Amino acid sequence: MNATPSSDLETRLLTLAAARFGKAAGSLAPGDDIFETLGIDSIQAMEMLTEIETTFGVEIPDYELQGVTTFAGIAELVRRRLG
Amino acid sequence: MQTATPSQAAPSQPAAPRDPRAYEMLDATRYACVGEMLRDALVQFKTHTAFTELDRRRVVHRLSYLDVKRAVDRLARRLEDAGIGAGDRVAIVMTNQARYPIAATAAFFRGAIVVPIDYKLTPKEREALLAHAKPRALVTEYPLFAPHAAGALEAVPLVLVSEAPEHARLGHAQRWGALDGADAPGVSDAPPTFVPRAREDVATIVYSSGTGGAPKGCMLPHRAYLAQYTALTAMFPIVAGDRYFSILPTNHAIDFMCGFLGPLCGGAMVVHQRTLRPEFLTATMKSERVTHMAVVPLLLTAFERAIREKLDALPGWQRTAVDALMQVNERLTERRPNRLVSRTLLRPIHEAFGGELRVLFCGGAFVEQERAELFNRLGLPVAIGYGLTEASTVATVNDLRPFRGDSVGRAVEGVSLRIVDADASGVGEVQLHGPTLMLGYLDDAEQTRAAFTEDGWLRTGDLGYLDASHHLHLVGRSKNMIVTRGGKNVYPEDIEGAFASVACEELAVFAEGYLWQTRGELVGERLIVVARLKAGASEVDRRRFQESLHAANQRLADYKRVHALLVTEESFPRTASMKIKRGELATLLRGTHATAETVHFGEPVEAVR
Repeated sequence: MNATPSSDLETRLLTLAAARFGKAAGSLAPGDDIFETLGIDSIQAMEMLTEIETTFGVEIPDYELQGVTTFAGIAELVRRRLG
Repeated sequence: MQTATPSQAAPSQPAAPRDPRAYEMLDATRYACVGEMLRDALVQFKTHTAFTELDRRRVVHRLSYLDVKRAVDRLARRLEDAGIGAGDRVAIVMTNQARYPIAATAAFFRGAIVVPIDYKLTPKEREALLAHAKPRALVTEYPLFAPHAAGALEAVPLVLVSEAPEHARLGHAQRWGALDGADAPGVSDAPPTFVPRAREDVATIVYSSGTGGAPKGCMLPHRAYLAQYTALTAMFPIVAGDRYFSILPTNHAIDFMCGFLGPLCGGAMVVHQRTLRPEFLTATMKSERVTHMAVVPLLLTAFERAIREKLDALPGWQRTAVDALMQVNERLTERRPNRLVSRTLLRPIHEAFGGELRVLFCGGAFVEQERAELFNRLGLPVAIGYGLTEASTVATVNDLRPFRGDSVGRAVEGVSLRIVDADASGVGEVQLHGPTLMLGYLDDAEQTRAAFTEDGWLRTGDLGYLDASHHLHLVGRSKNMIVTRGGKNVYPEDIEGAFASVACEELAVFAEGYLWQTRGELVGERLIVVARLKAGASEVDRRRFQESLHAANQRLADYKRVHALLVTEESFPRTASMKIKRGELATLLRGTHATAETVHFGEPVEAVR
């Protein structure tokens, strides 16, 4: 599950999450469960998403986030929006 | 069935001194059904704004009551043309947006029964509830419609889909223009025929559980809504000029009342926001100057975090000043909230929430007292209530005269409450009676019988006691069900099903507060899995068990995950049909294990809506 980041986008995403919640850089992997690894609740996760949207200049509607629990999952959503 | 012995009974709240603003609202006692009341409201308040919808900071639309009436008439006519009338069921699967109340009102106009279905469920789970409810029509929106497999909704004769892209494949479903009138060709624009209903007729079927197990569709009569409207608005009037921010799902009984029927019958405005990111929630509260909203406890936590950050950022002297002002505010608003005083004293904090907030409703036993008290000291009144779908939502609520953070309030007007089979300290099962009770569960005589006592009182399954002033205090549950901080009902039996592949002899899932009842500590109640490994299990066995448990847990929706593990050597008592005797097992575990023996997995995580 803990594969290394496969893209630049995933690396940037992991760096952003690590910095936001005070985790060591490089301690997160794309397949990690966001809530469990970061120890955050769903509201904190949504706040992080807003930062991700600002960083990447995309908007992800809430309904697309249902069932997404990993960094790789978010990366995929961002990638789709970036086209 | 044994006859219950009421140990304590509480009169319902004396009708609050009627707020003069209440006279601007429609008088629900004059109506026989919800549809009639809504029909009057759409005419009475026609020039007012009914709905404002935002997507982040952009205003998507503002609709007047007249706009709403036109959209309702068009849809009601369409339902009529499809042969939908008295007693037919119309299901709605939608996020919070104006089309939801429009669809529900149109169904009520036709005398139909509205079946709100949780849009957060997976398509398969929604299909299971639709199969149970057997609606003649389904109204939904494209992003929720699209994930259903082709043909999955074919059993529903009329499926209307809003917001479908131009070339979307809709199968047998039809487009619903809703607001722009861009319906499928051939839709009539003749006025609809209004179909009246009686107070005892079913108005809605609301599912109080939906995933796995037997679906429980609470049949709520028109009188339940009319009675609830009268009781709640006597305490908390919501009238023209008020702005209700609807963020709890409208399919949930709370928002159906507070974010739809309540504001619409008073001429108020309902605000919808397409995203639930806290940042945009507070931005919306500011831009729309929100006056009322209902929240789940988890959101109060997020708001508190924002307030604390604001307070912590203040220089020391200013922080001291705010602390002093909080004390002054508390003293000045001791008997009842005074928004002007609080807003003047604590302007920066109030402005962060728009500065107009009159009340935040927060449901359930899971509001932490300290948190509610902090909000109150800041002059942001949190009205803590308690209720369940079986009783049309609100059974008790704090009237804020004065604010009480330690209780879920007194029974609302018309609702009788009693504590049955109380122990020495006065704790027993909370039971309810009155016009807001459901008629029963749809097509389930057995569960309906189990839900009521012989003399017709609703068994809530919640344990509590009444204090001298008839305020209810909840202490635990007599049923093995958990209500999460996000307001979701979780049934341990569902989760056990998902754990079938876990490598152990047997396991059972409990609400932690059911295993160990701890008065006043319901907050953050978690699910705990109790497992028995085979005798003489090796280290490898144990590791395999833990890994399989972890993997199965990860596959569950976040709010259903267990948070703690207790390994026991006790064999589970079972019935002849091999069902776990939960009550006996709980007693056994209570006697042989302490809470300290549980291994916690980490912080609870759950979705807000």
